[in-house]
Amino acid sequence: MSDKTIPLILAESVCQKYRRRVVLDIDRFEVFEGETHALLGPSGAGKSTLLRIVGLLEKPDAGVVSIEGREVTHRSRSARMMMAAVFQKPYLFNGTVAENIGYGLKLRGVSVAERSRRVREIVGRVGLDDLINASALTLSGGEAQRVALARALVLDPRILLLDEPLSYLDPLIKRQLVADFSRILRDSGVTTVYVTHDQDEAMVVADRLSIMHEGRFVRTGGVDEVMGLPTNEWVADFIGMEAPIRGRIVGLKDDVAEIDCSSVAVHAITSLPIGTDVVVGVRPEDVTLFAADGLPASSARNILHCVVEAVEPRGATARVRMNAGGLHFAAAVSRASAQELQLEVGSAVVAVFKATAVRVGAAS
Amino acid sequence: MGVIWDAVVEAVQLIGSGAPYLFEIIFLSLRVSAIAVGIAMIVGIPTGYLLGVGRFFGRRLSLVVVNTGMGLPPVVAGLIVFMFLSRSGPLGDLRLLFSTPAMIIAQVLISTPLVTGVTAASIASVPLELRLQARSLGASWWQEAVLTIKEARRGVMAAVVAGFGGIISEVGAVMIVGGNIEHSTRVMTTAIVLEARKGNFGTALALGFILIGISFVINGLLTTLQQSGARYER
Repeated sequence: MSDKTIPLILAESVCQKYRRRVVLDIDRFEVFEGETHALLGPSGAGKSTLLRIVGLLEKPDAGVVSIEGREVTHRSRSARMMMAAVFQKPYLFNGTVAENIGYGLKLRGVSVAERSRRVREIVGRVGLDDLINASALTLSGGEAQRVALARALVLDPRILLLDEPLSYLDPLIKRQLVADFSRILRDSGVTTVYVTHDQDEAMVVADRLSIMHEGRFVRTGGVDEVMGLPTNEWVADFIGMEAPIRGRIVGLKDDVAEIDCSSVAVHAITSLPIGTDVVVGVRPEDVTLFAADGLPASSARNILHCVVEAVEPRGATARVRMNAGGLHFAAAVSRASAQELQLEVGSAVVAVFKATAVRVGAAS
Repeated sequence: MGVIWDAVVEAVQLIGSGAPYLFEIIFLSLRVSAIAVGIAMIVGIPTGYLLGVGRFFGRRLSLVVVNTGMGLPPVVAGLIVFMFLSRSGPLGDLRLLFSTPAMIIAQVLISTPLVTGVTAASIASVPLELRLQARSLGASWWQEAVLTIKEARRGVMAAVVAGFGGIISEVGAVMIVGGNIEHSTRVMTTAIVLEARKGNFGTALALGFILIGISFVINGLLTTLQQSGARYER
């Protein structure tokens, strides 16, 4: 049995430079057994570099990687044998689907019969039964990525490394595969490091996530905690929220805290005591807007009168930035709602959100 | 036109008659070039792999040397081997000059850079991620090399074909180090030179036809390989 207090993967003081430019500089990265940890960030944030370093595929300029508390290097093949990776492009080898999936088993000296049995079993799990004997180079993008996942999962790895596995797929296939990947990872219980720049994807698959920017971690924690509570303006902008709202807990009743944010009362669920200075966040998707003259009958604890400061079209939705007596936050509304409410700069609206939708953290 | 037509008729008759002289020369040519390209493969493919994937000090200079070697005039290669194997040369005691091994050595010198250079280019075109993928699935450096060469096999085969094509048709080097001795070191290209000088255009042309035929097959193979193209990803 593994010791739950020791991270399965631990990287400490890792630094990597490419042509004298620092691309990765982190103090500590840890992933515990069975969890899916997403590395989220824009291009060039150092996510893939970190994945390759903890996957022992690249030697860092400085720092130490440990697997189950044992220090390892890129030369530690036994540690590498505990892992398997899926990259942005599937990079299938010449041969059939079965030969591709069985490649890692062949490297491990698994007998032909056992290989065949395990390959047949895994193609069923990833939904490729009909293509087992097809040439790997004739597959569609989605099928090829399933083969790549099967090729990794068939090894029954302790650690699975996924480097933007869905980024090259078209949106429809991507949506299907995100759900499938999430299910397969959950069912297999494998410890996973999942690199992506797609927040939705990260929120679906991950248990914990780290946001990276310019080679450093800017936020690490549980998915809801990180995605619902920005700690600085860059993180807020990246995750699609307004700048962090600062306030102080001034009251507590029936587990609901009253937080004074720029003289506006916000209600939230928190275990922090009265008098604590806090940072507050609410995701735009959790905010519902109503016309100023149509106050809703709602059980929500937060009903704020606001003035619209900006309306930004975002595809199927619009992002509405508002000011409620000095409190700045945003709402995501459908295009139809935006038209119905006749939202424009200066419009008066009522924003409604539940106390449970408000993320609260102690201000540092 | 008469002399050309007469030569063509004589050449066809010679090939059809199966003259032992002709076939002795053809087989020696093929044997010398096949052995030479075999040695060039043993040296050139691993070297090409290292130059293709390696990130080591001196790699760029090594590539420049190899690329220069790809354009080495055969007659210069022959001259170098001649000087090494001549009585007063550093390897004169081996007494290899004007022998089949001397011709093989000269052809190895010509074909090795060709095999190495084309192999290096084809290996370098295999995406790094494919090698990382193999490594991430547990491949050792050796297994990774085998997979990479397998994935670049069309380019590697083209390298071998280019190496063979470069030596089967060259005349300068084998003339200098082989001496064009009948029943000993006479190959197709040196025989063509000799027969043309003697005015035996029919024999020269017959050998020329066969050489062109071999060249046609080689280039046909090369073109087919290039056209088929390799795909590494989907």
